[in-house]
Amino acid sequence: MKFSDQWLREWVSPQQDVQGLADQITMAGLEVDAIEPVAAAFEGVVVAEVVSKEPHPNADKLALCQVEDGSGERTQVVCGAPNVAAGQKVPFARVGAVLPGDFKIRKAKLRGVESRGMICSASELGLAEETSHGILELPLDAPVGEDFRAWLGLDDHSVEVDLTPNRGDCLSVKGLAREVGVLNRLPVEGPRIEPVPPAHDATFPVRVEDAERCPRYIGRLITGVDVSVETPLWMVERLRRSGVRSIDPVVDITNYVMLELGQPLHAFDRANLHGAVIVRLAREGEQLVLLDGQTIALRDDTLVIADERGPLAMAGVMGGEHSGVSAATRDIFLESAFFTPLAVAGQARTYGLHTDASHRFERGVDPQLTREAVERATALLLAITGGEPGPLVEVDSEEHLPGARQVRLRAARLEQALGKALPTEEVAEILERLGMAVTADADGWQADVPSWRFDIAIEEDLIEEVARIHGYNRLPVRRPAARLALRPDHEARVPLARLRRQMVSRGYQEAVTYSFVAPELQAALLPDAVSPRLANPISSDLSVMRASLFPGLVRALEYNLNRQQSRVRLFEAGLVFRGELDELQQVPMLGALVCGSREPEGWAGAREAVDFFDLKGDLESLIALGGEPEAWRFEPAEHPALHPGQSARVLHRGEPVGWIGALHPGVRAALGLRTDALLFEVRQDALTHGCLPRFTPLSRHPEVRRDLAFLLEEAQPVQALLDCVRNQAGQWLEALRLFDVYQGKGVPEGHKSVALGLTWQHPSRTLNDEEINQLVDAIVAESRQHLGAELRG
Amino acid sequence: MDHLPTLVTEARSAIQAAESISALEELRVRYLGKKGEITALLKGLGKLPAAERPAAGERINEAKQALAEELDVRRQTLEKAALEARLAAERVDVTLPGRGQPSGGLHPVTLTLERIEGLFTRIGYDVAVGPEIEDDYHNFEALNIPAHHPARGMADTFYFDATRLLRTHTSPVQVRTMKEQAPPIRIVCPGRVYRSDSDLTHTPMFHQVEGLLVDEDVSFADLKGTIEDFLHAFFERDDLSVRFRPSYFPFTEPSAEVDIQCVMCSGEGCRVCGHSGWLEVMGCGMVHPEVFRHSGIDAERYTGFAFGMGVERLAMLRYGVNDLRLFFDNDLRFLRQFA
Repeated sequence: MKFSDQWLREWVSPQQDVQGLADQITMAGLEVDAIEPVAAAFEGVVVAEVVSKEPHPNADKLALCQVEDGSGERTQVVCGAPNVAAGQKVPFARVGAVLPGDFKIRKAKLRGVESRGMICSASELGLAEETSHGILELPLDAPVGEDFRAWLGLDDHSVEVDLTPNRGDCLSVKGLAREVGVLNRLPVEGPRIEPVPPAHDATFPVRVEDAERCPRYIGRLITGVDVSVETPLWMVERLRRSGVRSIDPVVDITNYVMLELGQPLHAFDRANLHGAVIVRLAREGEQLVLLDGQTIALRDDTLVIADERGPLAMAGVMGGEHSGVSAATRDIFLESAFFTPLAVAGQARTYGLHTDASHRFERGVDPQLTREAVERATALLLAITGGEPGPLVEVDSEEHLPGARQVRLRAARLEQALGKALPTEEVAEILERLGMAVTADADGWQADVPSWRFDIAIEEDLIEEVARIHGYNRLPVRRPAARLALRPDHEARVPLARLRRQMVSRGYQEAVTYSFVAPELQAALLPDAVSPRLANPISSDLSVMRASLFPGLVRALEYNLNRQQSRVRLFEAGLVFRGELDELQQVPMLGALVCGSREPEGWAGAREAVDFFDLKGDLESLIALGGEPEAWRFEPAEHPALHPGQSARVLHRGEPVGWIGALHPGVRAALGLRTDALLFEVRQDALTHGCLPRFTPLSRHPEVRRDLAFLLEEAQPVQALLDCVRNQAGQWLEALRLFDVYQGKGVPEGHKSVALGLTWQHPSRTLNDEEINQLVDAIVAESRQHLGAELRG
Repeated sequence: MDHLPTLVTEARSAIQAAESISALEELRVRYLGKKGEITALLKGLGKLPAAERPAAGERINEAKQALAEELDVRRQTLEKAALEARLAAERVDVTLPGRGQPSGGLHPVTLTLERIEGLFTRIGYDVAVGPEIEDDYHNFEALNIPAHHPARGMADTFYFDATRLLRTHTSPVQVRTMKEQAPPIRIVCPGRVYRSDSDLTHTPMFHQVEGLLVDEDVSFADLKGTIEDFLHAFFERDDLSVRFRPSYFPFTEPSAEVDIQCVMCSGEGCRVCGHSGWLEVMGCGMVHPEVFRHSGIDAERYTGFAFGMGVERLAMLRYGVNDLRLFFDNDLRFLRQFA
């Protein structure tokens, strides 16, 4: 809501200046967003009369005007405006004037003729956004010689208030003035509004078929209006300062009354109404062409104003094109109605509309305003467009009008809520200032809520009002007391924060990428992924929920590669979204991506590119935090985003919990990435799962070590050999170390040499050679039988 | 026997001339070894007359002793020189940087989230989290925002279908917690939230921390105390002015916006605070009885407060970041500044 400070001060006269006033209402909950002067700085402009207009001797499009500016002397001015005419009153910038943009007016010669000053357009004075097509014509009664700025009251401010949805009562000058009056204990008085006596008894029938949604409807026929007149400048100015553009006198007047009082009005062209005005729900299949030209298909939960031929307007939202006032309109039917908040709530939004009227009706328009507003608008219409009013036609349904509301406020509850007891008189006084009739009793107060406060219905609403007017910052401050109860703490669990720090200590930067990604990117990486798609994405590249952390990490990689960062180590923790909405899983994952050299460029750094085992080592370092690395497995498996020969499914306790591998070269090429990269992602619940350390006594007896080198077929995973060896190595195997994997000279083609170091230790005695030999024999035999592995000579 | 002095002189000069431990060892063997020349003299004592033997033996032993000492001294000298040579050879330039993987860093949002969580958990709050794809009921309905309520226009919501959406705040976690747990409740709910808004000062995803305290006899004064303490602690400024401005949220009443004195200009007025000297940093209020009703908590017996803050906003103020969008570009040059 934007209002003019001057306009407000016609209703109420606070002492403070506009900034002080803005601060005050901000601290009362009406947050001021901006205060702006209504006109740019200019000086030296006066009201003047164009006495005569002659053609310019040397230019067709210019005119020679004699201007009377109150100085007693006529001034000759060359003017190029098409609309300049003798007899007009105009804003005139004298020589020496300074216009907005620091534009100084000097004596000039235009095509050989002297010009002393300038007749101004609205845009030249900063009073209109777009370039004006001619000079600004002033009313004929404008006083010649008077300073234009003072005459039009341009030393005013537009104040933009960001009203919260509960304060629909402040969506008018009247409402704001009421609030300012409350805060400053000042009387509030607006223009006197008297009933307009009818000049004839012509009416138009009104039938309200849905009294629940429209408990009050007032219509009035005004005949013989002249819509060709200009809206008076004072009204255009007030509208402009309130952020509303002037359209035509009838629309301007309805807008003006809405801004002034808060009641949205609508004017129909009587000639386009047939039979009767009917307030009813729309019927399935009905259409309406709105004022803005768009055709909408109405739903049957939408209240419309119709006549006997069909819908004319969407009630409380927007009028229709065909029934609206046009240049040809002679007789108008003026509507002032009370539509209930529920009747209008959400309607506009579901049709993609938002109007000043719907904004107000949704929040609640005072049902006591309906008549006042129609009388005010009638009076303004008669004064501006002329015409003859008929009597009011009012259809009321008392039972559906909001009834009187009484709300109780208990003193004890108020004290408890605020942490302080306020004096009884202060509480009553605050409520009364807010327009409530208050009855005090031994335990508290009973308040009658005024008709404009749709937001007050329960005790808490009154508590808030009392606190707000008393001042939040005058209320006490204390610290909550609580019992010191210890809470459970799971020591074995590895907190996410610990995992994050481990990644950081392995050289990773944490990334935070959007949870929605480009569908093409996701499809390139995970062609089979199913994840929810937004119905109203902000853009198509943020339209599908990520089914994996990979798309976001790859996107971040691309971003950094494009900025000359060739070595990237990123990780992210967050949810991924899997499945259709109905069987959706929102799974916390931890993912990482690396590319570039193993260590940063440096005098001693490892310059070779990172490979699978670097990344796997990083993941294993996370796994190690849980204390049970044996619960984890990496099995060769194919993933569409990963290199088939360098990818593994990650298993935790036999369950698949993630993937690790090199980005598939084909995918990489398809995405246009300039470099290889490796990625992993693993479920957080697997990584945070840990076990408590469990002590085993230290043996005092010597270890026995045997090293065994096996020849294994190249395709055979080493893990199989390790499992086989471990199975046969007996319970005293203390450590199994893999210390060499070799292919090349001395190893047959298609094979690899795998060297293992086995260490045994018995807790209570020294192991002898014989038993170790037996174990080694069993290992060798089993490896040969199951894996075809041969002991190397 | 008569050549003993010559032998000793010769041995002495040989020892002095020796340039290595091995040369010295050779000399030891040559003179003092089992078959050494001095040893040979001792062995030859038996050929002397008995009367001469003691004196001769003494002389030979003295010579032997002297040479042994000579050898030892020379050995120490050589060893010292060798060590010094080695130390000189092994000198490194200690100003060269160390080797290995340098540390990375946490995202500034995480740093800020952890800081906020830490301040609250240390005084007895728990951390609660919940789903990001929510339903209409938990995101709106249960928070006293029925369908078509004008407050639905306050946050532009991302929808999947008529009832499922991306949460616009972490308040649904409060609802879920209140349904599962009896008071007293003290939680903070950190996490990602989503609003369909994207410009210089809005990103379609951002982070919030919301807090909730429900107990008997909780008042607005407790809320004010908690918020003031938090802001003082967060910014490490006990003199930071905090003010509470009436506002409106459907799920709290009374509701307030919280402003702090601008931390950039100390309230003097600058671009960051729009020359007002104040920065809006949080929203808060007393839990609305309707929210208690939805959660099955007796609003007569229990009262509570809730508050919520934007993590990026606090991170920007704390670290002086001037562009919100940097948080989600994941530019390494940005991220490395928070290591």
